[in-house]
Amino acid sequence: MTEAEVEAKVVEIVAEQMGVEKDQVSRDTSFANDLNADSLDTVELVMEFEDEFDTSIPDDKAEQIQTVGQAIDYIVDAAKA
Amino acid sequence: MSIVDRRVVITGLGAVTDLGVGVSALWDGLSTGRSGISTITAFEQSDEWTTTIAGEASDFDPSIVMTVPEARKADRVCQLGVAAAVEAATDSGIDFTSGDPYRRGVAIGSGIGGILTIEEHYERLLDKGPNRLSPFVVPKLMVNATSGHVSIKLNLRGCNTAVATACATGGHALADAFMMIQRGIVDVMLAGGAEAAVSSLCIAAFGAMKALSTRNDDPEAASRPFDRDRDGFVLAEGAAVLVLEDLEHAKARGARIYAELVGFGITGDAGHIAAPDSEGTGAGKAMEFSLASAGLNIEDVGYINSHGTSTPLGDSAEVAAVKRVFGEHAMSLAMSSTKSMTGHALGAAGGIESVACVKALQEGVLPPTINLENPDEGMDLDFVAGEAVERQVDVVINNTFGFGGHNVSLVFKRWTE
Repeated sequence: MTEAEVEAKVVEIVAEQMGVEKDQVSRDTSFANDLNADSLDTVELVMEFEDEFDTSIPDDKAEQIQTVGQAIDYIVDAAKA
Repeated sequence: MSIVDRRVVITGLGAVTDLGVGVSALWDGLSTGRSGISTITAFEQSDEWTTTIAGEASDFDPSIVMTVPEARKADRVCQLGVAAAVEAATDSGIDFTSGDPYRRGVAIGSGIGGILTIEEHYERLLDKGPNRLSPFVVPKLMVNATSGHVSIKLNLRGCNTAVATACATGGHALADAFMMIQRGIVDVMLAGGAEAAVSSLCIAAFGAMKALSTRNDDPEAASRPFDRDRDGFVLAEGAAVLVLEDLEHAKARGARIYAELVGFGITGDAGHIAAPDSEGTGAGKAMEFSLASAGLNIEDVGYINSHGTSTPLGDSAEVAAVKRVFGEHAMSLAMSSTKSMTGHALGAAGGIESVACVKALQEGVLPPTINLENPDEGMDLDFVAGEAVERQVDVVINNTFGFGGHNVSLVFKRWTE
């Protein structure tokens, strides 16, 4: 999966979960500050990413994922490793 | 006036049932004798299933009160309950964005709670293991979730509670709310019940008790309280919420008053965990106590909305209790079961039927018992069989009884200045 494909999928998941249009979601979008996500929303988003990209994101790494861009970077790096 | 003398009136109504979304759809169905029962669509059923019918709120779309993410974090029981609460709140005309939120509260119960969430996530647990559950499972399944969400939506910061007494839940919730206002703890309460238990586990489990009708080939005729061919209740989903308000508070804001809640009676059977007392001893006492608390006599009662679930034992016990408590007057009053049309919405039933009682007082129309073709032996009361009747009564009783031996009778009075 290319980085562009990962980005498209992450944006799709975030838009769906948070009930916003895809064009309102970019790499700079902060889950908490821009989309009003609470801590439970973030846990669920991370779980969706894990399911979609067949990866495991440890809790300490998950806590560092605050924006859409950080999520994309983690998933892309994990796929390379 | 001492605080215990505060009078409590109904100033708002909301309902989502198998007869449609909103109180107008419910009342239209009840007053025209329409059944909301049909073949189950919520889940697939093989030939092994003995009951394949239920009352589903198939017209309901949660987007009328919630965004997509909000709905995703709320079980269907909560979606139904919030919709009914918002309708009731709007109907009351109260501006919930101003005024003292600590004088307003909520008591919306459920008999079963978020069972669909439990089923879905238990399957997920078995399928994917312990680390793949949504963090929203607990806030979705808990029985008090509806009250919590309604409290948030309407900024209700006084009492926030939820009772769970099986099929008597709605009755207990309204009685609790009545006391809260009567005693001056709050001025406004949103109270009632919600249920969304048309689920595989519930249909199978109530089926195991032989409690459900198996008249699968004729769904609309399956719920037939007091009829000699009744064979069990028909499970339904739905929610109903009433706005209860201190009379002086309602008058001060020029509110439209539907009816007055003037008293209640509550008893416990202390007998069997699920079977009714065959003579309806506790049920009869609940009716007696309700009239005593309201300072009314048996002759004052013009209509009873019975618990009448269409089970062989339950209907007989209730009729026996009414005959014993009301004596000769039992033959003069009318008693119907609106569950003949809505089916049995468990914890929501007390709310739905309280709405029916309030509408009956307001409209001067008594809703019927449909499907009552051959009254069972000894079932010789005026059950308003077949069609609604135009009759203006002044005092009505709403009976709700539940597994666990819970009995609640509420007394509503026609509003006159």
